[in-house]
Amino acid sequence: MAEMDTSSGGGHKKGPGVKKQKKQSTRVDLTPMVDLGFLLITFFVFTTTMSQQTAMNMNEPKNDTANIMKVKNSGAMTILLGKANQVYYYYGQLEPDKLSEQFKSTTFKDIRGLIVAKKDATNMDDLMYIIKSDTASTFKNAIDILDEMTICAVPPGHYAEADMTPTEQELIKQTEIANGIK
Amino acid sequence: MPRIKIPRKSTNIDMTAMCDVAFLLLSFFILATKQKPPEALAVKTPTSVSSKAVPDKSIIITFTADGKVFLSLGDDTKKDAVIKNLNDTRGLNLSPAELTKLEKAEFIGFPLNQLKASLNITGTIPAEKMPGIPIDSANNELAYWLKSISNAYAGTDQSKLEQMLLVKGDINAHYPIFKSVKDAFKDNEIYKFRIITEGETPPVGSELYKSEMKH
Repeated sequence: MAEMDTSSGGGHKKGPGVKKQKKQSTRVDLTPMVDLGFLLITFFVFTTTMSQQTAMNMNEPKNDTANIMKVKNSGAMTILLGKANQVYYYYGQLEPDKLSEQFKSTTFKDIRGLIVAKKDATNMDDLMYIIKSDTASTFKNAIDILDEMTICAVPPGHYAEADMTPTEQELIKQTEIANGIK
Repeated sequence: MPRIKIPRKSTNIDMTAMCDVAFLLLSFFILATKQKPPEALAVKTPTSVSSKAVPDKSIIITFTADGKVFLSLGDDTKKDAVIKNLNDTRGLNLSPAELTKLEKAEFIGFPLNQLKASLNITGTIPAEKMPGIPIDSANNELAYWLKSISNAYAGTDQSKLEQMLLVKGDINAHYPIFKSVKDAFKDNEIYKFRIITEGETPPVGSELYKSEMKH
């Protein structure tokens, strides 16, 4: 251990009879310093958020009512975003007598598999994902589903956002009641 | 038989090298950490796999979880032009002193009819106390701001403006707010803008992951 030499007040007399002072080691115990160093490193490593801000491109369609895009029934998949991170989907067009069969509920975890399955099963030219967000869904949901399209490598132009119809809103409402989602 | 004496060695190790490494790492982390500027608007952004960097100078529209919308004009070269244009087109009757005060503001969070009064309040108003820019479909004032922005940037490189227009939203904000922001853009025939997200890596096994692995 390093110690401060406080006893050297009397000066050094040199000569016979004077006890030779013990040479003290200049070594300092560095253990506490190392401890402190690593403690600070751990602190900084944990508090540093490595994630960086990134920018995601958004392309909005023009409000062109004269040129509404026609989508083939066989290639369309409509994804509806509800409250409490719920996802609903159906293929093609809703048919009044087969609503309960068509309209299915899923989660963000499973939607990726469904998107990929639809993509693999459909002719690329006909493929179209229609995304509709409920008023109770969040901004996160809207971005997540667009991000999901990028993750599944769905080319731009094969997915679009649209407004929800009253029928769909009603179906979501009913499913939410049936599944007990608040 | 003579015993072999093993010389007893000291258990002390020289810590200097270890200490050096520790502090080298420490200084690296301190220097490499970008200090986040304290944000007046607490917004938790969603994540995305996008890897494009956010430009330093940008026009950011921020919406918070409770639905308030704020605008920050980050490009100093055109800030005065945007504000002047808005003052003229919306008839705000702001005095030159008020204009410079508005220019100095970090972000704007007042409806147009309260803007003049808010500029005469001495001291800073915290973001939570600001009402935000109205964006409901009946009175979408963000559209007026965007109109002034596109007027101010008219004649310059439009692709640069597209790069600068950023939307930053809280993950818990409800969809209609985002929709109103999009409508404000659409009203001004701006169809391209960008969303600030937190970067994440593509999930392992996804198609994007596979295509990135090939490159």
